[in-house]
Amino acid sequence: MSGALSTALALLIGLDSRLVEIVLLSLRVSLSAVAIAALLGLPLGAAIAVSRFPGRQAVIVVLNALMGLPPVVVGLLVYLLLSRAGPLGAFGILFTPAAMVFAQSILILPIVAALSRQAIEDAWREYEEQLRSLGAGRMSAALTLLWDTRFSLLTTILAGFGRAAAEVGAVMIVGGNIDGVTRVMTTTIALETSKGDLPLALGLGMILIAIVIAVNAAAHLTKELAQRRYG
Amino acid sequence: MSNGAILPLRLADVSFAAGGRTIIDRVSLEIGTGPSTIILGANGAGKSVLMRLMHGLLSPSSGRIDWNAPERPGAPRKQAMVFQRPVMLRRSAYANVAYALKIAGIPEPQRGALAREALESVGLSHLARRSARVLSGGEQQRLALARAWALHPEVLFLDEPTASLDPSAAREIESVIKAFDAAGTKVVMATHNLGQARRLGDEILFINQGRLVERAPVEQFFSKPQSAQAAAFIKGELPWT
Repeated sequence: MSGALSTALALLIGLDSRLVEIVLLSLRVSLSAVAIAALLGLPLGAAIAVSRFPGRQAVIVVLNALMGLPPVVVGLLVYLLLSRAGPLGAFGILFTPAAMVFAQSILILPIVAALSRQAIEDAWREYEEQLRSLGAGRMSAALTLLWDTRFSLLTTILAGFGRAAAEVGAVMIVGGNIDGVTRVMTTTIALETSKGDLPLALGLGMILIAIVIAVNAAAHLTKELAQRRYG
Repeated sequence: MSNGAILPLRLADVSFAAGGRTIIDRVSLEIGTGPSTIILGANGAGKSVLMRLMHGLLSPSSGRIDWNAPERPGAPRKQAMVFQRPVMLRRSAYANVAYALKIAGIPEPQRGALAREALESVGLSHLARRSARVLSGGEQQRLALARAWALHPEVLFLDEPTASLDPSAAREIESVIKAFDAAGTKVVMATHNLGQARRLGDEILFINQGRLVERAPVEQFFSKPQSAQAAAFIKGELPWT
């Protein structure tokens, strides 16, 4: 065990090329997924927050429930969509990083949408009369709220990133964990642990935790500074 | 009335109920141009709800509210409202005013001068770059006035604008309101503060339990209230002003 740990540290300090490649792919996939989820999820959350329509409560309940989507189930569904016989099979992206981005986007879209809906709706409660008084329509009110809650939304997006970076089920199924192509941190940890190659698994585990902590520290700091600056 | 003026405002038998409770009860009145109107009444009398009905933030449960010239959706509003607690956007004081101008459809090149003029009129030019939400309560309320007044609305509704401020900040707000009044904006203000009603008002609409009980010029209202409720209100409140 201690031998595995020191080998792991050696891999980290020596910036082992295999390890670096895996970390970079993980970041590329999860950051792309977060970008897509934010692009779709933030406007969706804002729209639900400021609109009133029949069935709205049901939509909110479903959206909140989808935050807990099991990654393996998402992986399975995306696999079925992307497999050769599936409706999106023609794109031929199964077992590529694109498929992993696709799956993770679906996994975290509800997180971004549901949490931003909550943040924006709270703000809407505070701003509604003022914005309507100024003559803002729902569309411009939604945009105003997106901007005014930007620091809360950053936390939301980072929550999505944390989830994407840490999940293993979805990327394993649609990526296939192919060495040098679709192998990311979590799938490598799962594989290497079962193979008994603990140093690489441990090294990646440490990096994964460090990334998650760094991301959350950045989010916390941004919010603190923003709070002091903008109130 | 020509030139598209939105006044006079007419309320005909306006009622508003929420949660099974009647908050505004068959109020009929007309508000025209000219001297400022104070909506006076105790807490819970329905002053705020009445103003929100007039301003269009609430719709009456029954009755009609008509402006001389209805506002066109999308066109800059000719009425504005300042709330008891101002809602400031997370941006600079200047940007808060510029935002209101943007919503009103004022083209970007014209916003700067109008926003600076509005900040100047409330004495906030030196804080233009400061974040609006870190300003003091009094400064925020003055900024809310600047934001409401940037387009020189025909009518300015004020809902207890000084109720959460200390006396010196309240005086500053009052002098700004007076200046807007003098500049030709019709001021309609809700308050429960008799001293303020005297200082700023020309006529009083006295509201009690959702009903318009009395309407009179300020002097007459305070010296010879016509209704028992108004007399009691003046008596009960006087020691506190």
